[in-house]
Amino acid sequence: MRKWFCLLLAMMILAAAIPLAGCSESESEEPYKIGALFAVTGGNAPLGEPEKQLVEMMEEEINANGGINGHPVDVIVYNYESDAAKCATFAEKLINEDKVVAIIGPTGTGDSLAIVDLAMNSQIPLISCAAGISIVTPTETNDKHWVFTTPQVSVMVVQRLYEHLLTKNITKIALLTDTLGFGKDGKTNLNGQKAAYGITVTADQTYGPNDVDMLTQLTLIKNSSPQAVVCWGTSPGPAIVARNMATLGMTNIPLYCSHGIAFQSFITAAGSSGNGVIFPCGKLPIVDYLPDSDPQKALLTKYRDDFNARYGNGTANTFGGHAYDSLNMVVTALKNAVDDTPEKINSSDDTLQAVRAKIRDYVENSINSSGFPETGGFPGTAGVFNMSETDHNGLPKSCLVMVKIVDGKWTPAE
Amino acid sequence: MTTEVFVQSLVSGLTQGCIYALIGLGFTIIFSVTGIINFAQGEFVMLGGMLSFFLAKSAGLSVFPALIISILIAMLIGAVLYLLAIRTARRASVVSLIIITIGAAIFIRGIAGELWGADTVAPPFFTGNGSLSVLGASIHVQALWIIGTTLAVSIVLHLLFSYTVIGKALKASAMNRTAAGLVGVNTKSMSLIAFTVAAALGALGGVVIAPLSLTSYNVGAMLGLKGFVAASIGGFRSHAVTILGGITLGVVEQVTVALNWGPFKSNYKEAIALVVLLLVLLIRSRRLFEEERAS
Repeated sequence: MRKWFCLLLAMMILAAAIPLAGCSESESEEPYKIGALFAVTGGNAPLGEPEKQLVEMMEEEINANGGINGHPVDVIVYNYESDAAKCATFAEKLINEDKVVAIIGPTGTGDSLAIVDLAMNSQIPLISCAAGISIVTPTETNDKHWVFTTPQVSVMVVQRLYEHLLTKNITKIALLTDTLGFGKDGKTNLNGQKAAYGITVTADQTYGPNDVDMLTQLTLIKNSSPQAVVCWGTSPGPAIVARNMATLGMTNIPLYCSHGIAFQSFITAAGSSGNGVIFPCGKLPIVDYLPDSDPQKALLTKYRDDFNARYGNGTANTFGGHAYDSLNMVVTALKNAVDDTPEKINSSDDTLQAVRAKIRDYVENSINSSGFPETGGFPGTAGVFNMSETDHNGLPKSCLVMVKIVDGKWTPAE
Repeated sequence: MTTEVFVQSLVSGLTQGCIYALIGLGFTIIFSVTGIINFAQGEFVMLGGMLSFFLAKSAGLSVFPALIISILIAMLIGAVLYLLAIRTARRASVVSLIIITIGAAIFIRGIAGELWGADTVAPPFFTGNGSLSVLGASIHVQALWIIGTTLAVSIVLHLLFSYTVIGKALKASAMNRTAAGLVGVNTKSMSLIAFTVAAALGALGGVVIAPLSLTSYNVGAMLGLKGFVAASIGGFRSHAVTILGGITLGVVEQVTVALNWGPFKSNYKEAIALVVLLLVLLIRSRRLFEEERAS
């Protein structure tokens, strides 16, 4: 008796489960599959986490509005934990198992470089969210035909900063950079570009990621009499530098930082010593100051408001914006250049390869002023993009603005 | 190198070194009593800072109640770590137990990241944002708290280990587990106490440095490493040498920055400090080797 009862119960549960399992797919419509590689945990988490959040938000919005040409989209996100080896493993999975039409990300430059050859050999478009120019610079073994990147590249950020310094007649600076990847990369670019702008470096100091204070370095810097201090690094270093400069009474020496401080947490951590800090950045922090005629204004306002509404006030930042730009390019390519249905793509490797090539071609040839003439290019959060065969970043220096922190808020610097 | 820079490097080095010392003490206490190197020690420091921030922010607690409660929570986590992960695996080899602590560290870090996100946070200073001027160098009031706490901890530990029964029992377990067991010391309890005390020390260190160094969910690994160096200098046995070692490490790093000459620059401060560690370990193992040969 007991045995039959159990069997009956099991069958009933099974019968209930099958239709439920079927219900998880939206009406048996196959989706366009896009891959995403983000460092949601580990060293690059402050960049990777908002990238993932943005992608989830955008995917829902697209599907709620009818999808791409009537088909749903599925963005498959893998967290590679800021580990380049894991990034490569997940990239292969996306390309060969998940059979995605394009990959957006990775978050970091080193991680992107680790998979550019794979992208070339597999012939899949890779639209990175990392700022190293080396990602899209052709080399002897890889012409980067398949690789693009959407943030403003770090060498350009340095150039924009130096341009601004010259307008303030600042030609003698002290460098204070952190010893991790981003800070080291900054130091290389800061030293590499100084000759072209006639800038001399009076002191070149570094600090470690867990240092309690940079007072010794700053005392040395103070003694070298610079006109300004340039600090390049990610949290928490720059906040501590700002506080230490206040402690040492260096109020007559302005502090310039990198776009790595474009987080609300910098303002909170630095407190009153954060006021007066100036840094180059995409237009997002000062979107409210932009004229209505700016082609990025509506897009940036919507991005900021949607992100803050969903994830909390003050959470929208430029890094989620890079994921927005990369994903938007792929989605636009699918909308405008691909009429193969997802069913066809998912069932035929030849079609998959053809679609990957179509997306790549569209991004290179049409994400620019010929594809989007009314706005002079493809508007994104980082700037207005003009991709071409020789430029797979497509951003001009003018997409960067100088932002000054005044009373704990971001304002345009004069 | 001007006097101003030199004095600043001593002051900053002392502050930084006290942090390494506090973390190193945690390693030393656990190792001496249980023979395990607890690689989750850095995470207790992280927990101290993060808990004090979020308790102050969400429960509106003022600095000192938040400090006490953070330490208590960390002690609880330390005890749970010991009971669930270490004691249940007590028949495993020491190496396996060490790897378990690495797993625990990853676990704690992961939960912290999920709970609190990846952002850096700045807990409030204990007594405000002032600094003193000492011979042309600046020392923050919070740095005085760090140095004072380290001093207080050293004295309390010394009194505990020398003049209380529990302290003596801990010391006995550290010297020889079997013999201690034979004279009636409950060595299992001693291990639990060691983990709990180390967690408390780590958390205390974390709470007192976080206002100055800022904190986030993944500071544990690097801090743990520096504390490990301090504990190595003390041979994982002597509290006094661990504290001295930590302070020396901090001072050597900062003086390297201040010298600003040749290889002694801010770039290489960590490398120079680790070279010091290698030398210390080489000299120590040589001496041990000679002792063995003599006997």
